[in-house]
Amino acid sequence: MTTDNDVLIKVENLEKSFDNVDVLKGISLEIDKGDVVVIIGASGSGKSTFLRCLNRLEEPTGGKIFFEGTDITDPKVDINLHRRKMGMVFQQFNLFPHMTVLKNMTVGPTKLLKQSKDEAEKNAMALLERVGLADRADAYPSQLSGGQKQRIAIVRALCMNPDVLLFDEPTSALDPEMVGEVLEVMKSLAKEGMTMAVVTHEMGFAREVGTQVVFIDEGVIVEQGKPDEFFENPKSPRLRDFLSKVL
Amino acid sequence: MEDFFNDIASSFTKTFITDDRWLMLLKGLGATLEITFFALLIGLALGFLVAIIRSTYELNLKGKKSKSAGDFVIKVFNVICNIYITVIRGTPMVVQLMIMYFLVFASSRDGMLAAILSFGINSGAYVAEIMRSGIMSIDKGQFEASRSLGFNYSKTMVIIILPQALKNVLPALANEFIVLLKETSVAGYVAIQDLTYIGNLIRSRTYEAFFPLITVALIYLVIVLILSFFLKKLERRLRNSDH
Repeated sequence: MTTDNDVLIKVENLEKSFDNVDVLKGISLEIDKGDVVVIIGASGSGKSTFLRCLNRLEEPTGGKIFFEGTDITDPKVDINLHRRKMGMVFQQFNLFPHMTVLKNMTVGPTKLLKQSKDEAEKNAMALLERVGLADRADAYPSQLSGGQKQRIAIVRALCMNPDVLLFDEPTSALDPEMVGEVLEVMKSLAKEGMTMAVVTHEMGFAREVGTQVVFIDEGVIVEQGKPDEFFENPKSPRLRDFLSKVL
Repeated sequence: MEDFFNDIASSFTKTFITDDRWLMLLKGLGATLEITFFALLIGLALGFLVAIIRSTYELNLKGKKSKSAGDFVIKVFNVICNIYITVIRGTPMVVQLMIMYFLVFASSRDGMLAAILSFGINSGAYVAEIMRSGIMSIDKGQFEASRSLGFNYSKTMVIIILPQALKNVLPALANEFIVLLKETSVAGYVAIQDLTYIGNLIRSRTYEAFFPLITVALIYLVIVLILSFFLKKLERRLRNSDH
């Protein structure tokens, strides 16, 4: 159904080992433009490591990753240029505590994309407006709730105008009542056609907005498919076992 | 009773007024401040450099094989930095000062330069360890968030890590500056007429110990208090972000 032109990220036989422990044992996956790929799995399965390999926060020890046609595992590639196009949202938010919300959002665009301060602030304010946090522009991260921090982290990534957003368990560190507000933002991004790769335990989110769900276990993709099929008819016993525990 | 006051007046006069000795004290203070100021600059520059090399090594290369020539260079520099810190912290300041003056500067005998360099190099080792601990205390997530935006390693250090690290170690750095100021009191060993040396000189000429020595002590104390006041202010300003 998709042509090669639609492929944004193509992962070929990705491997990662830490001190002789093989965490990823050959993962291949294609992410098309506009896809929302939800990656699930038990803790220690390698799903976060996989996501972090996509922008080389973890250096893969084998395999290739093509991003917009470029093999970014090639040591000659300037990974910093590609990372600008791959936004990342972390479990622990990782906002810069010494900067205001607005500065958190504009530091990348002004220093890396050479946007003027005015332009960057205008974009940032528009995004803040969208997530309902315009009145917090001058606050410091320590003055925000977890849910607010994560929404800021998402719009900070968006300020760089990325082609894909990587989410590493974005709601796992949040109090339950704040999970909803973050998921709402993610859903609205998905509806607008933002390409996303999401490592999460939110099965509701996977089912509702995922275009592709991937189950990783012991460093390999055990099963993948469209959410309906995936959740209604899990084929592998390991996935059935996992789903029975989390659903 | 009257004798007592006369004695005080006379020793006060001898200490400060005769031969314009207050002017000598002032010049001594000038020498102390000059050494402290320039040694501080050298110490900060050297300390930052060493701290960045050491933490770059610890964060990226520790226990790993070097993959590029750059990695290898950093490893070599890291070893040099380690030796520097070990030697400086393991030997007395006065001995370092004398080695600088009598060995390194043996031909020129430029006491001031020898003192500035040797106090600077000494302070650098302590600043380096303070800054390194500051850098290492920053959460790994800060590096990752910065790198994920596309900042390279050095921009990440300058824009994201160092400002936070500096804020965290400011009290320790302030303490190091105060120690440095007080340590310069051994500069007399290499024929520099700093505040302590002048105080002692006046004592030996006048046979009055009370006024010269207490004055010298008070001057150090006042400078330290002024320094602490401004550093506290700075700390408060930097703390704006943690409400």
